Amino acid sequence: MENVSNQQIIDALQGQFGEEAIYGIAESHGILQVTTEVEHIVPMLHFLYQHPVLKFQFLTDLGGIHFPEAKGQELGVIYHLHSLENNVRLWIKIYVPIEKPEVPTVTGLFATANWMEREAFDFYGIIFEGHPNLIRILNVEDMDYHPMRKEYPLEDATRDDKIDELFGR
Amino acid sequence: MSDAKINIVEAPAGLEGQGFFATSLDSLVGMARANSLWPLPFATSCCGIEFMSTMASHYDIGRFGAERLSFSARQADVLMVMGTIAKKMAPVVKQVYLQMAEPRWVLSVGACACSGGIFDTYSVLQGIDRVIPVDVYVPGCPPRPEQILDGFMQIQELAKNESIRRRNQPEYKALLESYGIE
Repeated sequence: MENVSNQQIIDALQGQFGEEAIYGIAESHGILQVTTEVEHIVPMLHFLYQHPVLKFQFLTDLGGIHFPEAKGQELGVIYHLHSLENNVRLWIKIYVPIEKPEVPTVTGLFATANWMEREAFDFYGIIFEGHPNLIRILNVEDMDYHPMRKEYPLEDATRDDKIDELFGR
Repeated sequence: MSDAKINIVEAPAGLEGQGFFATSLDSLVGMARANSLWPLPFATSCCGIEFMSTMASHYDIGRFGAERLSFSARQADVLMVMGTIAKKMAPVVKQVYLQMAEPRWVLSVGACACSGGIFDTYSVLQGIDRVIPVDVYVPGCPPRPEQILDGFMQIQELAKNESIRRRNQPEYKALLESYGIE
């Protein structure tokens, strides 16, 4: 087993996809984070999966995120990858505009992405194109909005026993 | 035998004489119902753990004639809802209630079942009384077994004092209709 450094991962990605495609490089708790464009995400995950050394073959998690202030890239998808062989982790982020939240599915590569993408769709309304069954997974089927988007309040509007005065609000 | 510590349910008020006892059918049926209520535990979270303790030998809900838990809604008398009910769970609670035969009572145990509790959020039902009528509310987060037993005894009181025809009254039908039942 050889040690794979974060710089090695950056070099491999930039060598394959070009320097301008990999940006927002940061490190958190020793885990590399990179941002890329939507069109690169599927080839990038395939590349990392098939790479003879890196072998990022485990999709630990896939989640959505919403930044209302970031105009043109309000919604994001974050892929958490793990190379079990090297014990190295990697986050890849992509951002899409809220008017057109379309992201290609990665279910073709990782079967586990099926439910994760359904969850991100359920809570953020991100459309994963090519997903075999993109329906709500956790919320009630007849819900008409995506509750984790920040324009919606967390609290239930029908609650009637919370009197603001008693709660110091 | 005379000093054996056995509690026997007292007979309802009535007229007693040599070789006969007369009372109303209501109170006789009420006595029988109140002391053999079969609960259906609908336990979804920590209140359910308190219920397990309530049911076990230390607190022993069997002392109140309720040791026979009915996991079939069709044979149950009391629906005990214990725990957070998510909005996705609400139709399930309602269906279980619909499957129960009259007379049926509902005991809402704990802050979550009563009002949503700390879960003031889009995904949680803010009290089960939004989908089914509730007879007794037990507060607490979670309530202690004594409180659950007290709530159960309140149900017993309701069963004891209920008129046989209560379920045929227009008020009762209107209550069910307000929940969209029948």
